[in-house]
Amino acid sequence: MVPLSYYLVLGGILFACGVTGFLIKRNIITIFMSIELMLNGVNLSFVAFAAEWHALSGQVFVFFVMVVAAAEAAVGLAVIIAVFRTRETLNVDQVNLLKL
Amino acid sequence: MLHLIIFSVFGIICVAGAVNLLVQRHPINSALSLVVVMGSLAVEFLLLGAEFVAAVQVIVYAGAVMVLFVFVIMLLNAGEEERTRGSQVALLFGIPGVLIGSLLIAWVLVQSGTRSVAVGALPGPPKTIGWLLFHDYLLPFEVTSVLVLIAIMGAVVLASPQESAQEKRRHG
Amino acid sequence: MTPNLHLCLIPLLPLAGAAINGLLGKRFSRQTVSAIALGFCGAAFAMAVWVAAQFSALNIPHVETLATWIRAGGFQADFAFYLDQLSLVMLLVVTGVGFLIHIYSVGYMWEEGGFYRFFAYLNLFMFFMLTLVLASNYLLMFIGWEGVGLASYLLIGFWFTKDSAAAAGKKAFIVNRIGDFGFLIALFLMIQHFGSLNFGQVFLNVAQRGVESGTGLLTSIGLLLMVGAAGKSAQLPLYVWLPDAMEGPTPVSALIHAATMVTAGVYMVSRSHAIFERAPLAMMVVAIVGTLTALFAATIGVCQTDIKKVLAYSTISQLGYMFMACGVGAFSMGIFHLMTHAFFKGLLFLAAGSVIHAVGGEQDMRKMGGLRTKIPWTFWTMTAATFAIAGFPPFAGFFSKDAILFQAFTSPYGSWVYWAIGVFTAFLTSFYMFRQWFLTFFGEYRGEEHSNHADDARTGVPAPHKHIHESPTVMLVPLVILAVLSVCGGWVGSVRFDNFLSPALHSGSPVMENAAATREEPGVSEGLLTSISIVAAFGGLGLAWFLYQRRPELPQKIARALNGFYEAVLHKYYVDELYAILFVKPLIDGSTKLLWQGIDRDVIDATLDNSADGAQHVSDAARHMQSGNIRSYAGWVAAGAAAVIAYMVWVGAR
Repeated sequence: MVPLSYYLVLGGILFACGVTGFLIKRNIITIFMSIELMLNGVNLSFVAFAAEWHALSGQVFVFFVMVVAAAEAAVGLAVIIAVFRTRETLNVDQVNLLKL
Repeated sequence: MLHLIIFSVFGIICVAGAVNLLVQRHPINSALSLVVVMGSLAVEFLLLGAEFVAAVQVIVYAGAVMVLFVFVIMLLNAGEEERTRGSQVALLFGIPGVLIGSLLIAWVLVQSGTRSVAVGALPGPPKTIGWLLFHDYLLPFEVTSVLVLIAIMGAVVLASPQESAQEKRRHG
Repeated sequence: MTPNLHLCLIPLLPLAGAAINGLLGKRFSRQTVSAIALGFCGAAFAMAVWVAAQFSALNIPHVETLATWIRAGGFQADFAFYLDQLSLVMLLVVTGVGFLIHIYSVGYMWEEGGFYRFFAYLNLFMFFMLTLVLASNYLLMFIGWEGVGLASYLLIGFWFTKDSAAAAGKKAFIVNRIGDFGFLIALFLMIQHFGSLNFGQVFLNVAQRGVESGTGLLTSIGLLLMVGAAGKSAQLPLYVWLPDAMEGPTPVSALIHAATMVTAGVYMVSRSHAIFERAPLAMMVVAIVGTLTALFAATIGVCQTDIKKVLAYSTISQLGYMFMACGVGAFSMGIFHLMTHAFFKGLLFLAAGSVIHAVGGEQDMRKMGGLRTKIPWTFWTMTAATFAIAGFPPFAGFFSKDAILFQAFTSPYGSWVYWAIGVFTAFLTSFYMFRQWFLTFFGEYRGEEHSNHADDARTGVPAPHKHIHESPTVMLVPLVILAVLSVCGGWVGSVRFDNFLSPALHSGSPVMENAAATREEPGVSEGLLTSISIVAAFGGLGLAWFLYQRRPELPQKIARALNGFYEAVLHKYYVDELYAILFVKPLIDGSTKLLWQGIDRDVIDATLDNSADGAQHVSDAARHMQSGNIRSYAGWVAAGAAAVIAYMVWVGAR
């Protein structure tokens, strides 16, 4: 019998790894993947609570999260391709034209 | 008991995959680690009795989204990361922030001491999820489908190859 | 039912003239400007005469209120005018002599630039002076007081492009202000203790108080009023502005600094006689200041070489006489001398202006001489005035000066010391006036042939104009009229004058009533004192004749013999230099170093500059947050989220 908090801690660890990856990685695709990792962690929390409270709404919500994540990934990668075409680089530190 | 063992094993695989994503320098390695993470997460979902979600996770997330990532990596021929000077703020504030945030959450969770979750089956057949989707959550469902449509269109527009000036003149 | 005499018109008519000439005069011809100025001033004089004609039919004092001015709590001050014997005398003197000087100025200033401006200022002065004289409360009087100071500043600095004239104007105004400060404090005391500044209420209140011994409220008020009078009427120690004021045109010197403005102090002290009579200490201070000033100025006047400066010091000295009279309780004699002084001093200045005009701008007496045959009208009128001021009978000055000296000897507030100094000063007065008379009109002409027709020592374009000529008629007529007044003005007699003014000046004075009741026969008869003063006058004439006619080389020898003392007197006892070291320099240094550099520049400006700099630095630091670097944005987001989570956990855990 696994306590709920174990699942939540696991979800939290995944989320923390995702944020850390977002902060320390320089390749923009890797940053995107970190975002996906964050979303996965959140999904785990949702499902855990759905199991805890016997509410199927949690799982429905996870379904929606996945759909939105997919749409976001598609658009985001298209943007990355467009940026790559103009800037010839995938290094996010070099996409800094908005600096003051 | 078995529950705990399976949970631990696949939990460790999950975390290992996540850490590997951070450690690897080539993005393709990171992508494949992420696939590992998603796979083990699907098993966790199964443990929690969310078969439908587990299936969707493997089919959509690991099977479509990650494939898309891998395609893009290969298309752009992304190489290994160079070590450039990045933002000091991210390292200085971000990482401690993350650590603090996660520690706090963990502390809260441990304190609250929740009860155990059984290795459950779905509280109802998958039909119930379908029912919920098309009755209680019909509006979000439809909106999400529109969202996906927009995403498709946006992706097509953004990623389509741009005509060069010569081609424009030729097409005239 | 008191008839309405429209007293308000008397000051307002010259004000209208000033406004018209000041605003529109630039476009008018000289004739028009003169006509306007003379017209309005003459109208004021005519009204004054008409008021005098009505005088016996009036209830005295006659008060007319024009409008309400201040009504604050229990305090009320109105635009109200006050007519009694004292203000009637002052009114006639001011408008009469003022009108004559206006006529003279038309001729004197004809060739000058700024003609319309001069007459505008002159009329403005008349307005303020008449307000001062006719005011029914101290506050309105103070307005007139300040206003004549302003007009004086404007007129002294009339040729403002000349540095010395501008500086003299400033000096006059600033020294006057010091006196005004004392006057203001006296007004505040009056408001606090009497609750009003109206003459009626103030004097009623004062009459209920007894005579103070030592110091008290009335003494303080009296002393402070005297400070104000010392500033306005050029007494010690605030007299330094009057000699410098000779930078102004001569008609200005005649009107303002001889006949009318400087007498405002005497008028004010006489008006406040009720206060002074109950404050013996203040009276004594007034008498001492007046006497010492008379002597001091007379000694300086002996050595002066500029014809106008001699007359300036003479004015200060004669004003000292008037204050001496007030200080011994003979207020009406002070006013009598004020009146005769207006005649002969005004005449002296106008005649001096005529002389200066004749010799083409030269003011140094050492370069004049022998003018009596060349400018006879000027000579004879100036002679009349000189005899008058020296106190020769039967000229005007004799009667008033003699009355003052007699009162100084016999009054209960007086003492023989005042009398003795007064007689010696009379001797000196006679001496230096006749010295001036001899130097200017007798002997050989010592100046070079003048080459231009300009006035008052300004350098003009030289034009070949080699003769000394008499002044035009428009300048001579006022001279003659004033000469007649100098001769006959005293014939009204001090006793009749005193009786006329007594309702105004003697009401309810305890000491004077006591004195009148217990007046013992003075140990010395009036006749003896009079003859002594006549002897002094003749003595001055004799000595002047001897030193400047008979043996003209003697003055130089005497000057060399008394070298140090002579130098001190020649430099006016170095008083101006002393004031510069004591007051002016510390003030200027303090303003520069402390107020300007210390406070204005280093505190106020620095605060603003530094806060602007600070804002700039802060924004400079904050700018770095927007770096365009996605990772740093992400870092900030993560840090912010952590902070929010921490806060929520903390809240939840409480």
